[in-house]
Amino acid sequence: MLKKFWFLSIIIIIAIILPFIVQSSYYQHIFILILIWGTLGVAWNLLGGYTGQVSFGHAAFFGLGAYGAGLLAFHLHISPWWGMIVGPVAAVIISIPIGLICFRLRGPYFALAMLAVGEICRLIFTEWVPFTNGAMGILTLTTFSSKLPYYYIGLVVLLLSIYTVYRLMASRAGYYFVSIREDQDTAESLGIPTTKYKMYSLIPSAFFSGLAGAFYMNYMNYIEPSIVFSLPDVSIMIIMVVILGGVATLWGPVVGAIIYVVLSELFRSSLGSAHLLVFGVIVCLVIMYMPNGVMGEANKIKKLFRRKGTHIGSEMT
Amino acid sequence: MSYFEVKNLVKKFGGLTAVNDVSFSIEKGKIFGLIGPNGSGKTTIFNCINHYYPLSGGKIYFKEKRIDKLPTYEICKLGIGRTFQIVKPLRRMTTLENVMSGAFLKTSNITKAKDKALEVLDFCDLFRHRHFPAKGLTIANKKRLEIARALATEPELLLLDEVAAGLNPKETETAMEIIQKIRSSGITILIVEHVMKVMMGISDRIMVINFGKEIARGTPQEIVNNQEVIKAYLGESYAQGK
Amino acid sequence: MSLFWQTLICGLLLGGMYALIAIGMTLIMGVMKIINLAHGALVMVGMYVTYVCFHYWGIDPYAALFISMPALFFLGCLIQKYSINTLIGKESILPENQVLLTVGIMLVLTETMRMIFGSDYKSVHTSYTGSSFFVGDVSVSIPMAIGFVIAMVFTYALHIFLTKSDIGRSIRATAQDKEAAILMGVNANKITIITFGLGSALAAGGGTLLIPIYYLFPDIGHAFVAKSFIITILGGMGSTMGALFGGLTLGIAESFGATYISMGLKDVVGFVIFIIVLLFLPGGFKSLTKR
Repeated sequence: MLKKFWFLSIIIIIAIILPFIVQSSYYQHIFILILIWGTLGVAWNLLGGYTGQVSFGHAAFFGLGAYGAGLLAFHLHISPWWGMIVGPVAAVIISIPIGLICFRLRGPYFALAMLAVGEICRLIFTEWVPFTNGAMGILTLTTFSSKLPYYYIGLVVLLLSIYTVYRLMASRAGYYFVSIREDQDTAESLGIPTTKYKMYSLIPSAFFSGLAGAFYMNYMNYIEPSIVFSLPDVSIMIIMVVILGGVATLWGPVVGAIIYVVLSELFRSSLGSAHLLVFGVIVCLVIMYMPNGVMGEANKIKKLFRRKGTHIGSEMT
Repeated sequence: MSYFEVKNLVKKFGGLTAVNDVSFSIEKGKIFGLIGPNGSGKTTIFNCINHYYPLSGGKIYFKEKRIDKLPTYEICKLGIGRTFQIVKPLRRMTTLENVMSGAFLKTSNITKAKDKALEVLDFCDLFRHRHFPAKGLTIANKKRLEIARALATEPELLLLDEVAAGLNPKETETAMEIIQKIRSSGITILIVEHVMKVMMGISDRIMVINFGKEIARGTPQEIVNNQEVIKAYLGESYAQGK
Repeated sequence: MSLFWQTLICGLLLGGMYALIAIGMTLIMGVMKIINLAHGALVMVGMYVTYVCFHYWGIDPYAALFISMPALFFLGCLIQKYSINTLIGKESILPENQVLLTVGIMLVLTETMRMIFGSDYKSVHTSYTGSSFFVGDVSVSIPMAIGFVIAMVFTYALHIFLTKSDIGRSIRATAQDKEAAILMGVNANKITIITFGLGSALAAGGGTLLIPIYYLFPDIGHAFVAKSFIITILGGMGSTMGALFGGLTLGIAESFGATYISMGLKDVVGFVIFIIVLLFLPGGFKSLTKR
C-alpha cells in the first residue's frame, strides 16, 4: 500500500514538472493529446472494461461534449471554457435515454446499437446546419498562446477521471459492475438491479468522455462532425487504445494512450499515413498474443514472481 | 395463506408447455423437495419463481405478497435466494469476491460485506479457497460457491437447483451436511435434486412432477411407495409387475 | 407517381446488391457467432481488386468478378486461419475478443489500401456507366440492373450450394449446433475457414457489382459494414433468405429516405430502423412469421 502511494506520488510529480523539462511546444502538444486520449480511454474502460458493456459509439459523448463547448461560442459568443461544464452535462443528459434504450440489449447487440447511436449523432450534426453549422464546423479563437495552461487543465481532467473510476471500483458499485460483466443472470439473481448499475457506469463514462470532448474543443479551437463523431477515428480508436493498454485496469488506458499517440506522431513524421497501419497491426498482435493488454499481462507477470494470491483480484484494481 | 405459495403455474415455450398448472405451498422452516425425470420442468419452475422467465399463467406469493410480476433482483431483495443447476460463477472474480457480491445486498460497506462473506465461506467449507479465482474451482466447490453466494444475500427462502448432481459420494455427504446446517439456521428450502438419497434423507415433503404436471405429493415414505411415481421413473411394466 | 416508381425500382436494385454483401456477413455470423466488423473492409478490398483489373489490365468489372471473388476467398481463408481461429479458447476479459480482432483487421486492411492507392476518390468508368433504359416513364440504370441480376444469380447459387452440397450442409450444421456438428464428424475448424472465405468472396462480389455506381476510397468500407449489420439484424442472423429480404428492405427504405426526406439523412433512416428492430424484433423479420 505504501509502495503504491510512493509510486503514485512520483508519477504525479513527474507529470507536473514534465513541461518544464520538455519545453518544446511540439512535445507539449503530444503530451496534451495523450491526456485527452487517456481521459477518453479511462471513461470507456469504466463502461466497457469493468462493466463489460462494450460500446462502439463513445464518439457520441465525445462529440456532444465538444459541440456543447463549440455551440456556446458559436451561438451565444461566450467563452467555450463554459463548455467544460455544459459539454459533459449535455453528454450525460443524452446518455440517459440512450442507456435506457440500449441496455435492453446484451453483448454484441449492445455494441452495435451504440455504433448506430454514434453514427446517428454524426449524421444529425452534419445535416442540422442552422444549429451546428454542419460540415463546415465551428472555429473559435485561441485562449492561451502557451501550451502550459492546456497541459495542466488536461492533467487535472485525466487525474479526476482516474480518481473517480478508482473510487467507484473500490466501492460496492465496483463489485456490482464486475459481477454484471462476468454474468448478468447471476448478478440479477444476487439482487443486483443490472440496468440501474449499468446506468451508474454509463453516466460517469459519458461525463468524462464529454469533458474530454469539451477540452478538445478548447484546445484545438476547431471541430467538425466528421472529426469528433468519427466512427473509425474516435469510437473504434478508443477501444483499440484501451485494449492495447489493458482492459479493466486502472492505468491501462493511459498506457494505451501513450503508446497510441507516441506511435502515431513517430510514424506521422517518417511514414506518412502508415502510422494507422502499424498501429492496427500492433493491436491485432496484442489481441492475439496479449489478450489483456500491456497492463493486464503485466499483472500476470508480476503474480508469477510473487506467487501469492493478490487480494481483491487483479481485475478489480 | 402459506409462507410461500405457487398457484396454477403455467409456462409455455412457443408451442411446448413446460409447466402445466402446478400448485404447491411451503411452510416456514421446512424443506420441500421437487423431483421428476429429466426435462419434467423442475428447473423451469425455479426460473419462473425468480422471474428468470416471465410466467405464461398463474400466481406466486411470498409472505402474502404477490411476486410473479417483480423483476429478478426485487425477488432476491425480498429474501428468495437461488443457485443455478449449471453453475454460473463470476469467473474472473475470486471466491471471496463472488460471495461479497451477494453480501452487498444487505450492506454497502466493504468491510462488513467482507466479514459476512468470510463467515459464509467458512460455513460452506470454502474458506481456504477464498483467494482463488472462481473459474479454477472444482465442480464440487463451484456448487458450494453457488450456495455460499446465495446465502450471503441472507435469504429467508433458498431455492437449491441440483446441488449434488455430478458429485462423488463424499462430496454429496458434505453437500447434505451443509443443507442440514442451513435448515437448522431457520431458512426455508425448496430443493430440486436427482440424487434420490439426498432427497429422501432431508425433505419434509416431496412433490413429483412429470411432463410439467404434478403426479404425486407427500412425505418421502409415501412417495417411494406411490405407483404413479414408480411408473414415471421405471416404466409401466415395472409398476405393474410390482 | 413516376417519382414513386423511380424511387422504388432504384431502391430495389440497390437492395439486391446490398443483400449479396449482407449474405456474406450473415453466413459468417451464423457459423462463427461473431460480428465481423472487417466485412466492409473486405468489400472495399474487393472493389480495389476490380479497380486494378479495370484500370491496369482493362478487364470489364463484371468479368473481374472471376478475379476479385477468388482473391477475396483466399484472403478470407488466410484471415480466419491465421488470426481469428487462433483466439479460440483464449481467455480474455472482454467476451467480444474476436469481434475486436476483426476491428483490428479492418484497420489494417483499410490502411494498407490507403498506403497503396492513397485517399483520393477513384471511379471505374465503363461505356455503359451512365446509360439507362426506360420502362414506361421510369428510367432504369443499366449497371444497376445488371448488378441486381448477377446478385440474384449468386444468391440462388449460394442457396443451392448450402442445401445440396456436402460442404454447404456442413456449414449449415455448424451454424445450427457447433458441438453436435463436431460430434457428427464435421471438421469445424475447416468449416469456419471456408465460411469466412465464402463470406469474403460474397463481399467482394457485392463490392464489384457496386463499383460502376459508387466512388471508391479506402473508408468506403465503414458504410458497407453498417449496412450489412442493419440487413443482418432485419433478416435474422444466419438466414440467407432473411438477408435477401433485409437487403431489399434497406435499399428501398434508403431510396425513399433520400427522395422524400433528404439525401444526407437517408442513412439515419437505416440506423433508426436498425435500433427499432434490435429492440422489438430481436429475431429479425423472421420472428414475425413464426408467431
